[in-house]
Amino acid sequence: MTTEILNTLQQITDQNLVDIEQAKAEGRSVVGFYCVYSPTEIAVAAGAIPLPLCGTRNDPIASAEEVLPRNLCPLIKSSYGFAVSDTCAFFRSADLIIGDTTCDGKKKMFELLARHKTTHVLQLPQNQDTELSLPLWHTELYRFKDLMETQTGATIKEENLRAAILLMNRERQAKKALMDVNMSNPMLLSGSKLLEILFKIGFLADKEKGISFIEAVTAAAKTGVFQQEVPQQGKGKRILLTGVPVGLGSDKVIKIVEQCGANVVAFENCTGYKQAFSVDENKSPMTALAEQYLSTPCSVMSPNTGRFDLLKEMIRDFSVDGVIDLTWQACHTYNVEAYQIDEMIQSNFSFPTLHLETDYAESDTEQLRVRIEAYLEML
Amino acid sequence: MKFAGIDIGSRTIELVVVDDQGEITDSLQTDTGFDPMTNAKQLVSKIGYDHIIATGYGRNLFEISFDTPTVTEIKAHAKGARKYFPDAKTILDIGGQDSKAISMLDDGRVRQFEMNDRCAAGTGKFMEIMAKTLGFDIENFGKEALLAEDKLCISSMCTVFAESEVTSLIAKGHNPQEIALGLHTSVMSRMVGMINRVSRHGAIVFTGGVAKNRCIQKLLAEKSGREVIVPEDPQLIGALGAALLARETL
Repeated sequence: MTTEILNTLQQITDQNLVDIEQAKAEGRSVVGFYCVYSPTEIAVAAGAIPLPLCGTRNDPIASAEEVLPRNLCPLIKSSYGFAVSDTCAFFRSADLIIGDTTCDGKKKMFELLARHKTTHVLQLPQNQDTELSLPLWHTELYRFKDLMETQTGATIKEENLRAAILLMNRERQAKKALMDVNMSNPMLLSGSKLLEILFKIGFLADKEKGISFIEAVTAAAKTGVFQQEVPQQGKGKRILLTGVPVGLGSDKVIKIVEQCGANVVAFENCTGYKQAFSVDENKSPMTALAEQYLSTPCSVMSPNTGRFDLLKEMIRDFSVDGVIDLTWQACHTYNVEAYQIDEMIQSNFSFPTLHLETDYAESDTEQLRVRIEAYLEML
Repeated sequence: MKFAGIDIGSRTIELVVVDDQGEITDSLQTDTGFDPMTNAKQLVSKIGYDHIIATGYGRNLFEISFDTPTVTEIKAHAKGARKYFPDAKTILDIGGQDSKAISMLDDGRVRQFEMNDRCAAGTGKFMEIMAKTLGFDIENFGKEALLAEDKLCISSMCTVFAESEVTSLIAKGHNPQEIALGLHTSVMSRMVGMINRVSRHGAIVFTGGVAKNRCIQKLLAEKSGREVIVPEDPQLIGALGAALLARETL
């Protein structure tokens, strides 16, 4: 049953590349994004196709390391590597790149990426303060809007923004409903399959197709058809994965957890639940976008209280038994934040976290396995 | 009934058998060598037992060959240490190629652990290489270091660079025992850093091959200000823990 769903997904994904070429031929723009802080609605409102270009594979890293330092987050190296080695069809199709000053590594990488494609960097504030930071972010979004109008020749009217918000809210709610099927015990869809679906849907030019697909999978999952294929039939220890973004290619931790006899029940990261928000449809669109997107609870924000609250909520809602906090090597913000996350979880729940630091290579699989096994023995 | 635990490490394999009361009846050790399963098979063929659990680096290979359960060396060490030290709450294990610090809850369950298994610094491997470079036997390395009156600080953490540093210090005519003491100090400070991340107080049960080194024992106690307890046979603790877990669960 899962195979059928994944085959359909593969067909949709293959068709997507054709759709994108078609759209470009018809004059639509493609905008590449690297971060959940960047409002895709602004691209959608201009009739452009937003594509997530965040690198999740190890192969392009070697080309990136010819220019970027080795001691750098693998996500940044992978993203850059895809660009310079021309091995990502989605990057190739992008007319404009939207970067962001989320972290040191990314903001410096975008300086170099700009040599390969027109790059516009959004100046993300350091915190989520309403008086100081929100106005800055608001201004940045207006700059982004102006840029999109110049890029596409379209005028972005309020009604375009409202329509974009409605569409993207529907997509995000569909994803949330899918992720929420695993609140049930036993869980209904394996973490690795859930990841694959969430990851691939992000690339679809035809968002309606994506929403329909996710809704169909959600409905099917609720009937229990995927349960046989969930490791341990979904009855293993329920592990929540938090921390850095993961995707296809950088999902070794999820695979190891499943091999060790546990289940990954939810993702508190930008691949997962950090996308489960809704933009206020009643407010003025640009204000609503600025407010909602600025509140994204990533460790680049200081303080990052939103993540602590979200984790508490998710641990309860998903009946979590343990938390794995994943940090990519050289990601200082998530690495430093791990201490406080562990502290918070220990004081609110009856278990500690397992903090893992790794990169995209497969070479430390056994080291990760012994840590994950030992952690599962503790729970 | 007899319950066995086998700890397949990177350098040595230990086999411990306990009886129904959890008392050790047999213990054997051999080198892991290039073919751990052949050596493990040889070891287990020498002793009879009813149930066995495998631990250590090679536990999954054993599981496949012998169809037995496994536990991680973390859980096994926590169990084994409590056999001799029922109140133990902090364990430091320095093996051939890795090191770990484990803290436990009052009931003996693992509370937290830290591992270094990505770098030779502060492991038995480091000690072996350094002893060889200085012309000492590994068994006497600690004794030689203890004879030094002063220590020479080694700045490099990395085994490869430390070896170069030591070679050039010897070439300049420096006292090998002082160099040895400097090396022991640098290993010990890495360990203390790791221990402090899991526990700040209480006695430290020191296990693994490196625990036999009296100089490390002394330096660790001095630097940490904590009591350092070394079991009679510190290399058996993992296998002992696995055997005791076999007794409890099988």
